[in-house]
Amino acid sequence: MPILTLNEISQEFGGLRALDGVSLQVEEQQIYGIIGPNGAGKTTLFNLITGIYDPSEGTISFRGQSINGAKAHQIASLGIARTFQNIRLFQKLSVLDNVRMGSFGVTRSGFWSSMLGLPRSRREEKEITEKAEQLLDRVGLLNKKMEYAVNLAYGEQRRLEIARALALEPTLLLLDEPAAGMNAGEKAELMGLIYELREQMKLTILLVEHDMNLVMNICERIAVLDYGRKIADGPPEEVKQDERVIQSYLGVEA
Amino acid sequence: MDAYLTQYIDPYYLRLLILIGINIILALGLNIITGVTGQLSMGHAGFMSLGAYTSAILSMQFACPFWLSLLAGAMVAALFGCLIGIPTLRLEGDYLAMVTIGFAEIIRVFFLNFEPGGKAVGLAGIPQHTNFVLVFTLVAIIIVLNAKLLNSRIGRAWYAIRENEIAAESCGVDTTRLKVMAFTVGSFLGGLGGGLYAHYMYFIRPQDFAFMKSIELLNMVVLGGMGSIPGTLIGATILTLAPELLRVVAEYRLLFYGALLVILMIFRPNGLLGDVRIYDIRKRWARKEVQANAHINS
Amino acid sequence: MFLEQLLNGLTLGSTYALIALGYTMVYGIVQLINFAHGEVYMIGAFVGLFLVTVLGANIFVAMASAMVFCMMVGMLIERVAYRPLRGKSTRLSALISAIGVSIFLQTLLALLAGTNTRSYPSIFNSQTYDLGFAEVSLLQILILVFSALLMIGLQVMIHKTRIGKAMRASSQDLDASYLMGINVNRVISFTFAVGSALAAAGGVMVGIYYNAVWPYMGMMAGLKAFAAAVLGGIGSIPGAVIGGLTLGVMEIMGVAYLTSSYKDAIAFGVLILVLLIRPQGILGQKITKKV
Repeated sequence: MPILTLNEISQEFGGLRALDGVSLQVEEQQIYGIIGPNGAGKTTLFNLITGIYDPSEGTISFRGQSINGAKAHQIASLGIARTFQNIRLFQKLSVLDNVRMGSFGVTRSGFWSSMLGLPRSRREEKEITEKAEQLLDRVGLLNKKMEYAVNLAYGEQRRLEIARALALEPTLLLLDEPAAGMNAGEKAELMGLIYELREQMKLTILLVEHDMNLVMNICERIAVLDYGRKIADGPPEEVKQDERVIQSYLGVEA
Repeated sequence: MDAYLTQYIDPYYLRLLILIGINIILALGLNIITGVTGQLSMGHAGFMSLGAYTSAILSMQFACPFWLSLLAGAMVAALFGCLIGIPTLRLEGDYLAMVTIGFAEIIRVFFLNFEPGGKAVGLAGIPQHTNFVLVFTLVAIIIVLNAKLLNSRIGRAWYAIRENEIAAESCGVDTTRLKVMAFTVGSFLGGLGGGLYAHYMYFIRPQDFAFMKSIELLNMVVLGGMGSIPGTLIGATILTLAPELLRVVAEYRLLFYGALLVILMIFRPNGLLGDVRIYDIRKRWARKEVQANAHINS
Repeated sequence: MFLEQLLNGLTLGSTYALIALGYTMVYGIVQLINFAHGEVYMIGAFVGLFLVTVLGANIFVAMASAMVFCMMVGMLIERVAYRPLRGKSTRLSALISAIGVSIFLQTLLALLAGTNTRSYPSIFNSQTYDLGFAEVSLLQILILVFSALLMIGLQVMIHKTRIGKAMRASSQDLDASYLMGINVNRVISFTFAVGSALAAAGGVMVGIYYNAVWPYMGMMAGLKAFAAAVLGGIGSIPGAVIGGLTLGVMEIMGVAYLTSSYKDAIAFGVLILVLLIRPQGILGQKITKKV
């Protein structure tokens, strides 16, 4: 069963139809790419999946269950994590705290437990911290754990966002332009990281990207959006040669 | 016990200390709402007045034991805090600030017309149960609980809401529920402070809780550095002492106070302590640790 | 009777609107709640009073002088207390600075002029006209007409002059305006000047109409006018006008038909109700955040 299904999704903002009848399916542990020119609706699609907007039309199902109308925090708790196109870190919190925040959706100690320091909250806090440090280590930021997030370099901030998303223990990870602003070396590292995550954490990864090289190399299936519509959907070799895609996006040479 | 301990302190300073203590409690409450969670509340005096009047009336008319009337006052304030928190679902920033101002004003006008509260004349003869030991015992307890709360997952979530609400949601934070929680806790402390105030000042009237009071409390939170417990303590202390210290210049007092606020904001816009939190002190230790380790490894 | 109250409400509302315009214009460009604005209104009332009683000027000269004087006060406040903070600090610290200015000015005037309530000499003898369905005083007519003229003048300036265009651009996107060569500092100063002049006019009119001028009159009026600006949609100029008029009418109607002891609470009650139903205010636009 596909882990994520979008069926005839449309989204209207005022008079603007940002998405029009988009349908797609993402299989478990697939690395799935969404590409398209700017304004094609890619981030809107992400926002719909993560519950920031409710779809005007159509249905979204995650693991067989409809998540239409679910609120963003509920969807996060279901196991869908994301990063943002314009990095959204908690700037005045430490690097460590940023990642610890990611664990919020999978922990439960409430007000009383936290304030009184009851065993459950102490245990959870320990677990949260350990997990956060492990994740920071994996993305290579452990030595900066007490820095304010706002002080990190751009590439480091992107990695931090990924670490935070992973703290949510997701089954589906949405990465919104993760390679933006990275140089070739960093991009290679990123690709390695994505493969690792998929293998070791059994993650399904949905990726919006502009870097064609990265996308063609790493994605197993790609959907192409243009003006809110899906114009192609298939493995990279197919998409590369699709007429409509070439016309709208890739340029004359394929 | 209190008399025994405090007999050595000059009554004038004793009074100041108690007022500082009460303001600390009030300011810590507002700190949770505005400093930590980032919800600008400019009506904190409203919660204070609810606590003050409720506890005073219970003490005076119903011969309620002090601890019970204090608690009741705080809970009434918390109830209203919860109610105020609900519109935060749809309101942001300055719109929310306006609602909090409006709420406090409505409460003030209500008490101006409230018979059992003495209307404009106010209530006099409130039994003076508040004393130094009580206040500072409460202050100590509240600081500890506050620190635990702010360093926990709940506190983290509050800070996250202040920093980036959408990102917080993406981490699984039900922002509405947490904002209401912040308002409830913050207003509970506001009501508690109000009750203590009433039973110390012996006499309360609606204009004690006017807009200026809310502003004074807000200044305390901002002055020390938002969201920081040590900052709030410093802010509350300084701004309680300032009018007293400025008594020297008598009628020009407020002139200096106003100018002081402007100058402080220009030179230290992030408050006196900036954004220092308790973990910043730990951070310095951590740095030393990292440096030490680097030494060992090289 | 109803129409009379309506007129009373519109008169009061016009003064709220004049003050609210200052709040909303400043907020639109620099996202600052200019807490000291209420004090500018108060100073305007005092300046007018001073000119009329001490210097024996006629009311129009007094009004004009009050407006000019307050323009300068407004620009001075911006220069001293707000500009140093721009871009460097959180909005909250600018707010606290504004509050500091407010306290300073209130106290200053209290020291200079004493805390007693003063009144304007009766300039317009209580001449009323019977319109058949209502009685309206000459003073009310003058206030309504003059306020309307000021507001129309503002609209014309905003839409037909270069500086007005610069103001509109700055309220859309301050940084872009700066990059486009607009002298942002001058636009902001100008905005403060215009807003202050309007508030001063309001102050003089209120001083005459209600026959009361005192150093703390700015606090409540400022609060209500800010509520009016929020009600109409903060940042929107027509919104400030609508908000002000609405609030004035609601307050007068509330006092006339409901209860007078809750007068001050009515304005805020209306505000809260409206915001619960329409969080962005009457004319405010819901800004969908780019995620």
